[in-house]
Amino acid sequence: MLFYVVICCPMLSYVILCSMLFCVVLCYSLLPYVILCCPMLFCVVLCCPMLSYVVLCCPMLSYVVLCCSVLSYVVLCCSMLFYVVLCYSVLFCVVLCCPMLFYVVLCCPVLFYVVLCCSVLSYVVLCYSMLSYVVLCCPMLSCVVLCCPMLFCVVLCCPMLFPVLTLTPPPQRELMDLSTIDVILISNYHCMMALPYITEHSGFTGAVYATEPTLQIGRLLMEELVNHMERVPKAQTATCWKNKEIQRLLPGPLKDVAEVWAWKRCYTIQEVNSALSKVQLVGYSQKVELFGAVQVSPLSSGYSLGSSNWIIQSHYEKVSYMSGSSLLTTHPQPMDQSSLKNSDILILTGLTQMPTANPDGMLGEFCSNLAMTIRAGGNVLVPCYSSGVIYDLLECLYQFIDSANLGSTPFYFISPIANSSLEFSQIFAEWLCHNKQSKVYLPEPPFPHAELIQTNKLKHYPSIHGDFSSEFRQPCVVFTGHPSLRFGDVVHFMELWGRSSLNTIIFTEPDFSYLDALAPYQPLAMKCVYCPIDTRLNFHQVSKLLKEIQPLHVVCPEQYTQPPPAQSHRSDLMLELPAPPLPYRRCSVLSLPFRRRYERIHLLPELAKSLVPSEVKPGVSVATVSGMLQSKDNKHTLMSVPRPPPAAPTKKRKRVAEEPPELLAPKPLLSGAVPLDGFLATLHKHGVSEVKVEETADGHILHLQAEDALIQMEAHATHIVCDNNEPMRTTLRDLVLRFLQKL
Amino acid sequence: MPEIKVTPLGAGQDVGRSCILVSIGGKNIMLDCGMHMGFNDDRRFPDFSYITQNGRLTEFLDCVIISHFHLDHCGALPYMSEMVGYDGPIYMTHPTKAICPILLEDFRKITVDKKGETNFFTSQMIKDCMKKVVPLNLHQTVQVDEELEIKAYYAGHVLGAAMVQIKVGSESVVYTGDYNMTPDRHLGAAWIDKCRPDLLISESTYATTIRDSKRCRERDFLKKVHETVERGGKVLIPVFALGRAQELCILLETFWERMNLKAPIYFSTGMTEKANHYYKLFITWTNQKIRKTFVQRNMFEFKHIKPFDRSYADNPGPMVVFATPGMLHAGQSLQIFKKWAGNEKNMVIMPGYCVQGTIGHKILNGQRKLELEGRSTLEVKLQVEYMSFSAHADAKGIMQLIRMAEPRNMLLVHGEAVKMEFLKGKIEQEFSIDCYMPANGETTTVTTNPNVPVDISLNLLKREMSLGGTLPDPKKPRTMHGTLIMKENSLRLVSPEQAMKELGLSEHHLRFTCRVQLQDPHSDADTLHRIYMHLKSVLKGYTTQHLPDSMSVMVESIVVKVSSSTEDPNTKVLLLSWSYQDEDLGSFLSTLLKKGLPSTTV
Repeated sequence: MLFYVVICCPMLSYVILCSMLFCVVLCYSLLPYVILCCPMLFCVVLCCPMLSYVVLCCPMLSYVVLCCSVLSYVVLCCSMLFYVVLCYSVLFCVVLCCPMLFYVVLCCPVLFYVVLCCSVLSYVVLCYSMLSYVVLCCPMLSCVVLCCPMLFCVVLCCPMLFPVLTLTPPPQRELMDLSTIDVILISNYHCMMALPYITEHSGFTGAVYATEPTLQIGRLLMEELVNHMERVPKAQTATCWKNKEIQRLLPGPLKDVAEVWAWKRCYTIQEVNSALSKVQLVGYSQKVELFGAVQVSPLSSGYSLGSSNWIIQSHYEKVSYMSGSSLLTTHPQPMDQSSLKNSDILILTGLTQMPTANPDGMLGEFCSNLAMTIRAGGNVLVPCYSSGVIYDLLECLYQFIDSANLGSTPFYFISPIANSSLEFSQIFAEWLCHNKQSKVYLPEPPFPHAELIQTNKLKHYPSIHGDFSSEFRQPCVVFTGHPSLRFGDVVHFMELWGRSSLNTIIFTEPDFSYLDALAPYQPLAMKCVYCPIDTRLNFHQVSKLLKEIQPLHVVCPEQYTQPPPAQSHRSDLMLELPAPPLPYRRCSVLSLPFRRRYERIHLLPELAKSLVPSEVKPGVSVATVSGMLQSKDNKHTLMSVPRPPPAAPTKKRKRVAEEPPELLAPKPLLSGAVPLDGFLATLHKHGVSEVKVEETADGHILHLQAEDALIQMEAHATHIVCDNNEPMRTTLRDLVLRFLQKL
Repeated sequence: MPEIKVTPLGAGQDVGRSCILVSIGGKNIMLDCGMHMGFNDDRRFPDFSYITQNGRLTEFLDCVIISHFHLDHCGALPYMSEMVGYDGPIYMTHPTKAICPILLEDFRKITVDKKGETNFFTSQMIKDCMKKVVPLNLHQTVQVDEELEIKAYYAGHVLGAAMVQIKVGSESVVYTGDYNMTPDRHLGAAWIDKCRPDLLISESTYATTIRDSKRCRERDFLKKVHETVERGGKVLIPVFALGRAQELCILLETFWERMNLKAPIYFSTGMTEKANHYYKLFITWTNQKIRKTFVQRNMFEFKHIKPFDRSYADNPGPMVVFATPGMLHAGQSLQIFKKWAGNEKNMVIMPGYCVQGTIGHKILNGQRKLELEGRSTLEVKLQVEYMSFSAHADAKGIMQLIRMAEPRNMLLVHGEAVKMEFLKGKIEQEFSIDCYMPANGETTTVTTNPNVPVDISLNLLKREMSLGGTLPDPKKPRTMHGTLIMKENSLRLVSPEQAMKELGLSEHHLRFTCRVQLQDPHSDADTLHRIYMHLKSVLKGYTTQHLPDSMSVMVESIVVKVSSSTEDPNTKVLLLSWSYQDEDLGSFLSTLLKKGLPSTTV
């Protein structure tokens, strides 16, 4: 009873391994190997001591045991259709993809951790120990004062509201106490992916503001992420590798990552719902009062559906926050530039990540490559986000299909949220560009992908299972995520099509370096085309725009103030402004250069009426104001001081006089001078005639002999000396006051 | 004193041809520009000569705002803008902008093509008129010009219905258009924030009604339709193509599905599909439930409701037909009505308000013989039912809105005078605010009393705020003293010191000195101490300092110096000196010390 058969054919440099019934494995190699096959035990064990690269296919079996003696690890994976095992012996890690179980795992056997790495420059996506933790960092989008570990989100903290931020310098994990944040303003749906980390479990009690499309599409993207993550069965987590000594030894960008301990587990759908329930919807140009102190309002930024720039202003100061913005005519409402004018400070971020790639040219290249591949009988894979540029790609293809004779080629859009994303795009007419808006008046759906769906040219599926597997025809074009190629349905297509040079993968999302994304799949036969479409502002557009809106100060990430390190000679790839911008970097506190001088106060009408203005200079009048100050919700009003109750009955009057005066406000300041002649005349009118005037160095001394009083008069001072005669003193006082201005 | 003036050109103590002129802060705004369905002559449109006798509309009006697409709110728009002549901006929401031209065109066809009227606006005029429209988004603050800003709120009456806040400086007016305070099957409830307008202009269609619960009315409606269909009768429901029709369709569609009914439901004209399309595309304007589920199932894709063909009206057997227009004044609904009116098995259900003069109004008032054009009469035998599905706020809803917005004054339009009178009484009683109800052409003037906004120097404000402590004390009001500088258009409140500095003035010091003689047989130091103790006990709450080195006591900034008289050592001379700023206290001290020291103080 032989339960296995081994056929070795070293001369042909390949091996065919057949069990009686169940499996065929083809391997090629010039090196010795051992293949064990044991169908009855439902396992195949393949050992290749010298090679660290093993490919093993066992379609009928429910699991595979893979041993690599040199590296001394064992990985188990189950598969029905296609899977790949990649071993990076140098890096001490293995990549395993198993589509049936919906997971992607990168394992480093020694340390028991899992790493997904892409793009050294802009993104690091890291998952460890069976994907139970995910951290996404995007330094280019890094927020103004706050970086949270999973930084898809830009949190903008209003500098006026939080004048003192208790930031502790790195490497401490706690940058700031999230519970002290009052308001989060969300710019677009890509910038809210970390929202649950702030709103849940951090003690955050503030308000979150976003536009309706941002909220709805953001919700979809978060649901998609959670869905992708939850396809992975949970297992124990490993933390040893996070120790400094071990981390130091790790490959790639991982060893340079700070604060690995701050990485968080991916949120759940409950957390998403709870976080999003805290979002308050706002419309473009809506003025939202914050604590009565400042007003915020979102403005169209032209980058994506519902994307916004924010204005934070009081009556006297204006801070604009410019996030991902676009001047190109794509589907969203055009950018509102004029409202950004007269800013004291403009915080500028979210510029294009592909300053050298022209989106229009890329779109053309995308179409021509797609057509070329299809004509040659190959398939096209487009890894992309489920909302955003895909609408433009579909619209472009809609126009391109007939001219390129692609009428019969099926287009597939595979994502758990494919249907919702396509449907939602059609109902936000108010947020679309003018052309699309006017279509709704006909009434027609604003995006032509409705027609593509109607005519069955575009089909959407929640995943590769179910209907898709039966309806799937080749050659075809597949749009699916995640664009990092680390999770989502795109992984399966990489496995399915990667080995044929007929197929093409076209990268359109600029967030990931395509080389890094492809690294674990190498060697690949399939063609790779890189057409990053980033519609956000480039440096040229930004300098033109800033000339137009003329902010007093510009605050921007440090990266924008120098050319990219790889192209240090390209001085056009940096921000050049007449006044140098104020750069900020991660974890630094920047104080914004403005001083608040004024605040708004309201005088109640009756107080305003009671004022007596007097002209001190031509065109300038002054009035002394005494009023009762009332401050409520940071709003100040000044009302008349209520008159004291009428004098008490005569009996009590004497006692009242003995009470010390209320601690009332000081008398007004005096200004001006008392003219001698005029004053003497007035004195005379009031029955004071015996006045002896004596000249002094600075003025005069008036002796009022009958009244036993003395008045010393100088240019800027008057001194009344009067003993024992209070009525006389007050009379003299009032006479002097007649000549002076009160302020 | 600033004033807000309101003149209704239509809808003043009336329903139909809503058109209200508002003058606020030097701006003139026209709210709605509707037509009256009950008239076929000049009275159909608002009387624009009220404005045009003094010049062109464009010069007079700063903007026109349309609240929703019902013809009694927008029907006169092309007439006004193209025939009378207005080139300024017209504001309306996106759905209104989309649907309004269709209803106008529909209406134009009935009037011109069917009735043969001339001198009416043309299709081209409707198009030209719509080019002047600027779309409004909910809650967006639109700056019409430097001073005038408008903001739309959700009104729930029909798809895209909006209430508008108009603001100039610190004065504001809210116009509700038609609104509904209870969510229905496809729309949400009206909402406004506590914006405290100087004037709230509200519709008052149902000023005296407090309707029973919506569910009951729906059940009633379904029961009546069901009964008629069961006995083989035909049901005619005259509706306007958009709005109520969609709500009733949803209602019947679900009922048919639940009861597994087979009788056909038809919807007249090709409008249905198109109309439903609008609802699909503007799903963000519908209620929460529909918005949430639209991806899975779009409520506006009906299975049981099919398009109607003219010939079906003569088909035997039961059927339900939705036909336009809603008041039986013209068009298909009137044709079907004429066909079916003679059979008592049939039923007509009027789901909305009918203006005077329409057949709908007549039959609802029990008229059984109708005079038609061409002197023929029509006997009405079929059952006539009125179902108030019209989504207006009832008395309770109007009161609720007042509570929401907290206006300072109230003005009622779009209702019948008698009913308004009743509601006016209720409002004045409950909220103690003035309530007005001008008739057409009558001007109401509301005096506002706006606060005067002033820039206050932050230093002064902070100083005053810190004086009063962190928490306000109702017993001890914080008084503030400052100098208001009026220069060109700016009003600035600054501290007197700062004002003096800014204006380049120098201070004039005014001081007082006063000698008081005391008989006190102690040493100077003892006297000083006695004075100190005395003042301290009298002047609680003041800072009193004992300075034996300079033989003086200081109260706040007032110095009291003690010395012995040269003639008599028992006579002490107190020298008081204070500046004008301490006048009150100085005067008090001198009087106090003249009375001598109490003997018990030591």
